[in-house]
Amino acid sequence: MRIRDLSVRYERVTALDGVDLTLESGMALGIVGPNGSGKSTLLKTVAGLVKPARGSLEVFGEPPRSLRPGTIAYVPQIEAVDWSFPANVYDVVAMGRFPRMHAFARFSKRDRHVVDAALDALRLGDLRGRHISQLSGGQQQRAFVARAIAQEPKLLLLDEPTTGVDAATEEALRELVRGLVAGGLPVMMTTHDLDRAEDWFDRLVVVDRRVLAEGDPKTVLSSGAYAGIREHSHVHGHARAGDPAAP
Amino acid sequence: MPAPATRRRRKVDVLVAPFQYEYMQRAFVAALVVGTLCSTIGTYVVLRKLSFIGDGIAHASFAGIVIAYLRGLDYYVGATIVAILTAVGIGFVNRRGNVSLDTAIGVLFTGAFALGVFLMSRLPHYNVDLQSFLFGNILAVSRGDLSLILLLSAIVAVSLAFLYRALLYTSFDPVVAEASGIRSGFVDYALLVLLALTIVVSLESVGIVLVAALLVTPAATAFQLTRRFTTMLSLSIAIGATSAVAGLYLSYYLQAASGATIVLLVTLLFFAGMGAAALQRRRAIGMRR
Repeated sequence: MRIRDLSVRYERVTALDGVDLTLESGMALGIVGPNGSGKSTLLKTVAGLVKPARGSLEVFGEPPRSLRPGTIAYVPQIEAVDWSFPANVYDVVAMGRFPRMHAFARFSKRDRHVVDAALDALRLGDLRGRHISQLSGGQQQRAFVARAIAQEPKLLLLDEPTTGVDAATEEALRELVRGLVAGGLPVMMTTHDLDRAEDWFDRLVVVDRRVLAEGDPKTVLSSGAYAGIREHSHVHGHARAGDPAAP
Repeated sequence: MPAPATRRRRKVDVLVAPFQYEYMQRAFVAALVVGTLCSTIGTYVVLRKLSFIGDGIAHASFAGIVIAYLRGLDYYVGATIVAILTAVGIGFVNRRGNVSLDTAIGVLFTGAFALGVFLMSRLPHYNVDLQSFLFGNILAVSRGDLSLILLLSAIVAVSLAFLYRALLYTSFDPVVAEASGIRSGFVDYALLVLLALTIVVSLESVGIVLVAALLVTPAATAFQLTRRFTTMLSLSIAIGATSAVAGLYLSYYLQAASGATIVLLVTLLFFAGMGAAALQRRRAIGMRR
């Protein structure tokens, strides 16, 4: 993935300004920054959900919306779904296979195997028959990550996937992501957890509408940019008023 | 007391009697097709909370029927064009404009319906044909109408089957579906166009005023009874098709308006479904204790 001079605007507000980034295969890229810094907007733009105002963005040499269905998997920070929708955990995870399937194709043995493996990887095997409204927040988050894994994407985008999950699930998720990265999958993930950034990522980017620092996590964490963000995060613990990029 | 064989023959007579008339045969086929189609697409209408859209497109299509009448064209041509234009217009205003979906529907359908009433009021003679589109007259379905109903229904059914997974995914989680490469905008517009065609197919059977009930009520009944999409879809189709055919039988023996009888029957099933769902919940709570 290659981003050059990317700017995104929401009407009159600039969410991202002149961002340059590169993500190679088999790399986990962490994105940190205060609330409203444009982290989620960056992921949405890479996912093709937000149109850039300026600059270029290429994923595997093409704009995101020109890619084959199923290439990018995206897990948003907050799922705005109707929780009364008639679907259990298995149904939700199985949806991950849909972008890759032909219109009249039946769900194959391999599709079922991939869905089962994704459920097991996220420790959801016992909950497969449970309706989505009967899950805790952490379990719901795991189901959506499992759906992304079941898609077998070429690029995985995770927007704060550890929010609301317990320590054991967070560790399982970290191991899963590291395993996928070791298998060559590029992963881009936003987080607020700066303390564990070294365990999660190969590279870390500090964003506050612009890229303030980029490099290996250790270097970035010890840089002034990290300290500035941390101070900023403590002072402005919540989203800035009027910022449309804020969650 | 009649012998069992005689009783059996009488039951068969009750079932078969309406079929001795050709217009009833056509009406039963139309009822079955319309009931099945409305309840299939109605599943997405209910899950996407688009119930008001069905009502809106149906009312708007009245303008097309009147314009077609004035121009000497087939009613279906006028209704189809206006229904599709309204459906796409509602979708466009909702996606690109700054107004909410219900406001867009409210503006477009009342405007189009008013145009139909305005044009009708300027007709020199009162016309029964146009009235029949308001409340439906399934017994008046001609051979030509039935052929058109079957053709349009086949187009809608194949399109729905083709879009099945995309419709399901975008109904549940449009943002993530879009990110995964499913064009949710295209799917939304396709659903609206298919909905418009379904409404046109149903106009002569149940009428503009009642078609929304056939779109919404079977799916809403099924929604109360299950927590799986495929089961909901199957139940909705079963309820829609059964009520349409049974409602037509009832209307034949009660000598009542067919469209209204079908809708009353499906409404009764909705309340029965509500009762069954309440019992199901109570039993589940009892088992947990």
